[in-house]
Amino acid sequence: MKIHYGTALAAVALVAVHILFRLTQGFAESLQYESVIANYQFLPYAGMLEIILILLSIHGFNGLRTILIELKQGHSYEKAVTYGCIAAMAAVILYGSRTIFMTSVGMI
Amino acid sequence: MAQTSSLAEEKTSSLAFSSRTITLRVAKFNPKTDHEKKWIDFQIPYQKWTTVLDAILEAKKYLDHSIAVRYSCRQATCGSCGMIINGRPRLACFTKISELNSDVVTVEPMKNFPIIRDLTVSFDRLFKTHNSLKPFIIREDSDIPEKASELLQTPEELEKYIQFANCIKCGLCNSACPTMATDSSFIGPQALAQAYRYIADNRDKGKDDRLKIIDDSHGIWRCHFAGSCSQVCPKGVDPAMGIQLLRGYLLGFRS
Repeated sequence: MKIHYGTALAAVALVAVHILFRLTQGFAESLQYESVIANYQFLPYAGMLEIILILLSIHGFNGLRTILIELKQGHSYEKAVTYGCIAAMAAVILYGSRTIFMTSVGMI
Repeated sequence: MAQTSSLAEEKTSSLAFSSRTITLRVAKFNPKTDHEKKWIDFQIPYQKWTTVLDAILEAKKYLDHSIAVRYSCRQATCGSCGMIINGRPRLACFTKISELNSDVVTVEPMKNFPIIRDLTVSFDRLFKTHNSLKPFIIREDSDIPEKASELLQTPEELEKYIQFANCIKCGLCNSACPTMATDSSFIGPQALAQAYRYIADNRDKGKDDRLKIIDDSHGIWRCHFAGSCSQVCPKGVDPAMGIQLLRGYLLGFRS
């Protein structure tokens, strides 16, 4: 559970930086296609997005796992929920990382 | 002869001369024979000092001998007569009818416990989880100075845990806990509060053992801090606070 608190705190800090970037640039301007691509191609920012993706995936799927385990108990059920959540988390991280990687190296 | 007279006297209720009556609505359920609980109403006379337990025993004595109810001390010490009274977990012996401000008093078994019959529930799991957290002082050495006959504590050291030592294992906190309602494997506020009681006791050396037990997927982290356990405790114990303080130990804020 400590991982849940840790990922939440780290995500709050990094998402705050992410939101500050929107505000410093001007919100509408920051969401324009060129600005978004430029953000992705700025390596430190892309790295931060990757870390946010990992933190929120771990936090979110661990939370989902906890809710599901609270709803029903049983050894095989809990094992299935845990492995299912890990698999879903890995899938989301891989898909998100693919997007970040492809954009940052100019494949999009 | 004296015995006959005493039995004859018992045929008349001590409450029968009261002009005020309430409807006592008792949940009757036998899991071995019934599919669902039935509500049975009894008209019970009461006085200002009549407790819900008195009313139940009145009904049991004169109207329906089959009502199953567990009780013992009648003074909120043994923790036997916990039940849901007008929708809230309370001790029947510690709840006066006059304080409920209702003409109808409903009594049903505590939630989150298996029902044995009517108002009686099984405490097996409560005692099992309570015992699993080693509710005793753990020390490898006696550590008692030669001339002393006890392990002395300062008032400040005692203050850290003394309210948690008032737990009477009535199970009302577990009955009120929303997490217990969904997670049948949750340790529960009663056992967690007792874990804190011993961890916070400076004579105890079993902190690491207990923290290991509660740091489980159905352990301390399942508490959502609803606080209902603390609201219903008849002895003024605050299990919700104990749980938060225990989390402090696990997260490294306390030692």
